[in-house]
Amino acid sequence: MGYPQKPHPKETVVLSEYFGDPEARTFKGWVKRGGYEALKKALAMDPNAVTDEVKNSGLRGRGGAGFPTGLKWTFMPKEKRGPHYLCVNADESEPGTFKDREIMRWTPHALLEGTAIAAHAIRAEVAYIYIRGEFTEPWTVMTQALAEANAAKVFGNITIHLHRGAGAYICGEETALMNSIEGKRGNPRIKPPFPAVAGVFGKPTTINNVETLAAVPHIIKRGSAWYKGLCLSSPKSTGTKLFSVCGHIQKPGNVEVTMGFPLKDVIYEMCGGMRPGRTLKACIPGGSSVPILTKDETEKCLLDYEGVAEAGSLLGSGGVIVFDDSADMVYQIMRLARFYAHESCAQCTQCREGTAWTTKIMERILAGKGQMKDLDLLLDLSENMTGKTICVLSDSCATPVISGIKKFRSEFEDYITGKKRPVMVA
Amino acid sequence: MADGLINLTIDDVAVSVPKGTLLIEAAKQAGVLVPHYCYHPGLPVAGVCRMCLVEVEKAPKLQIACATQVAEGMVVRTRSGQAKSGRTGVLELLLINHPLDCPICDQAGECELQDFTFQEGRPSTRYSPTYPKRFNPVEDFGPDVLYVPNRCILCTRCVRFMEDVAKEPVLNVSERGDRAFVGIHPDAQLDHPWSGNVVDLCPVGSLLSKDFLHKARAWELDKTASVCTGCSQGCNVTLDLRDDTVVRIRPRANLEVNQYFICDHGRGHYRWMNRGDRVEAPLVREGADLRAVDWDEALDRVRTLLKGAGGSAVALVSPKASTEGLYFARKVLARFNWTGAFQVVMGEEAPLAGVPNLALRAERAPNGKGAELLGYTRDYAAALKAAEKAAVVLVIDDPEAQIKTSGQVIYLGTAAPAFLNAAIVLPMALMVEEDGTYVNRDGRVQRYFQARGTPAMARPAWWILGQLTDAAPESASAAFDAMAAEVGAFRGMSYATLGLLGQRSGAGAGVPA
Repeated sequence: MGYPQKPHPKETVVLSEYFGDPEARTFKGWVKRGGYEALKKALAMDPNAVTDEVKNSGLRGRGGAGFPTGLKWTFMPKEKRGPHYLCVNADESEPGTFKDREIMRWTPHALLEGTAIAAHAIRAEVAYIYIRGEFTEPWTVMTQALAEANAAKVFGNITIHLHRGAGAYICGEETALMNSIEGKRGNPRIKPPFPAVAGVFGKPTTINNVETLAAVPHIIKRGSAWYKGLCLSSPKSTGTKLFSVCGHIQKPGNVEVTMGFPLKDVIYEMCGGMRPGRTLKACIPGGSSVPILTKDETEKCLLDYEGVAEAGSLLGSGGVIVFDDSADMVYQIMRLARFYAHESCAQCTQCREGTAWTTKIMERILAGKGQMKDLDLLLDLSENMTGKTICVLSDSCATPVISGIKKFRSEFEDYITGKKRPVMVA
Repeated sequence: MADGLINLTIDDVAVSVPKGTLLIEAAKQAGVLVPHYCYHPGLPVAGVCRMCLVEVEKAPKLQIACATQVAEGMVVRTRSGQAKSGRTGVLELLLINHPLDCPICDQAGECELQDFTFQEGRPSTRYSPTYPKRFNPVEDFGPDVLYVPNRCILCTRCVRFMEDVAKEPVLNVSERGDRAFVGIHPDAQLDHPWSGNVVDLCPVGSLLSKDFLHKARAWELDKTASVCTGCSQGCNVTLDLRDDTVVRIRPRANLEVNQYFICDHGRGHYRWMNRGDRVEAPLVREGADLRAVDWDEALDRVRTLLKGAGGSAVALVSPKASTEGLYFARKVLARFNWTGAFQVVMGEEAPLAGVPNLALRAERAPNGKGAELLGYTRDYAAALKAAEKAAVVLVIDDPEAQIKTSGQVIYLGTAAPAFLNAAIVLPMALMVEEDGTYVNRDGRVQRYFQARGTPAMARPAWWILGQLTDAAPESASAAFDAMAAEVGAFRGMSYATLGLLGQRSGAGAGVPA
């Protein structure tokens, strides 16, 4: 758990070891804690050897998709014909997710070190860390840390730039992020070409999440075998993962657990469980874009890529949103839909129009003016919004709607039949 | 199958296309037009409207035909249930914020949203009638363009045209989600010399031409393939006529000349075609007056005049006259010691940055090159001087010419000449009233087609002048054949070989390059 609480004994503290320790933010403090040793080691290694080490560790992307990190690095051209770029996705804006923020707030040098190691591995001379616009404190901390590290000349010939976002959720999508870095409107690009072929400025680019890169120095320092050993369930999911727990929970915050850890222990033990007199109703385990789990599904769920999928959702970014029995699922889903309608970049028709329409129907239901056929319409609309657009924002809006109607249909029906009083005016 | 080609099947039709071809283009070869909005062959691919969803065998989900390249052995179904329902879904979503104001929309009848909705849209909407549609007021984008944001489907063709083709990025997509609209730079206007193309590119009635506003419904228009008369570039155009009046000029695709575009000058250069002060009958001089006569009498008078004259002759011609007419003019004057010239009006050159060798040319002379190939020169001043002592001066549609001559003036024209010393005035067809050819600045010979009849007794120049030769041609096509048989630059060409897109001069069979 780290800051602000003490870590729970069941946590495996790797990334969050120095959360809450102000001295770790400074360059000197970080070096004193063994920082930048991994970078020194990596810079002395062949880039391919660094990539192999990460590949062997089993590290997978922590941004949400869970793509094997080392494998991603190998997609970069073998022969270097021009500049390579590394982008670091620090635009953490998935509702319910706040792990990258803590990494940047407390261990900025961990991210910088991981960034430099990754840049070395993919032979990039420039790395951009794209930091979410609203992250004022992490921005200040990162700026200070980068200045100190640059003064100490630890990055060799690698240049790291901090780039500040302007507050659009969609800029966390990797290609939209690249457009944004280029100074363009943050619209996702059609793929192919994939970033490893034509990324930022049209050059081969790798993009990684903050948490992914923060784990890299540990892998280099302690070895891939150690990291691979951090595994409680599926061997395809290794290492530790930060979970941001929020919602109807006694002790919200970040917890760091080994892959395969039971979700129910996170909720009931580490985060203090439900408020007195309340019981768990539902949980969104991987940030707002993934299917909602019921109480039963939640309590059976193991926190790794395979385990959450088995439970019927996705590990995503690790933003665990907890709902107790006081939660109005219809209202919660409307809030999510409204968020996506607000953040749609407006390129794809299904997303631009579909997210807004979904919101309107949800609002109508909450205003007591819904009809039973609205539920079928919502499902059909969601189907139409799934798998047909450039990026997955549209799918992300449809996902909670589909799982919500499937799992909490009676709550929708109560608004429609008048059993529940309207909570909105439409 | 030929080497270097990719073989695939689209709706059970086998096609072979070059590597890198997009599915949407390959489908055209299979005779399938995949419905689409944002895709346009003259613009970079955006892949945003998601309308061209098709089913590709072995792909996990529907693919957009505009951004998917062909692959060997691909099996594509554009009309499968899945593909169709994907597109029907897009249409339903496009219509939830689109006003159903087709009865007052200029685009109705040539609207891709109407067409594809009719083709595969839902019969009715599921959008609640109580939900308001997105509203934004009409914006004045520039000299000739209005933006009606309520009708906009955000296909971004206009934005991409200004950014990537005109290279003057004054338009963008403003705002996000369903609040989005096409915005214009607050300090800019859509006044690029080629900006009118955004109106053609717009698949719906969101971008409108002020010039054409409420002039006609699309189904009232007669469309004729033609060539722009605005300059020497020779852009291929379509003339839209309502009840014999030209009301609009639109680009006609020709990848060798203008791709899919025309400039605003050319777009607006049609009012002269509708002028009312036409000469409608042959006129012959009777003392101080000109008397209307029939063609037999008029042509007899010309023959007599030519027979009685000797020495030198001068032709002062319009560079808008047809190649065929100019050829027969030179034939009529062949037995004289003749010189011919045309006057070129000069203007500003305005290139379209994103397309090589495409500009509004400074020389506003659609057939100057054709005249040159037939022996006419640009030395108009010298010709005027020579006219002073010439026995015969033949003027073709140059009403402003100020001619001083001791000889006889024969005037072929569409409008009454400013000078009144012509012995004979012969009423001539305008280019919209005849079949003919122009040669553009690069030597491309291009046909234009008759769009309406001639007023009263007016006749095409080739007919009038052909009557004065031994072998009067019976049609424009025959007139061209006669020229092609004699003039090297046109050898091997005919109306059939020129087709709708034309040929480079010298490209005909049997002519060394």
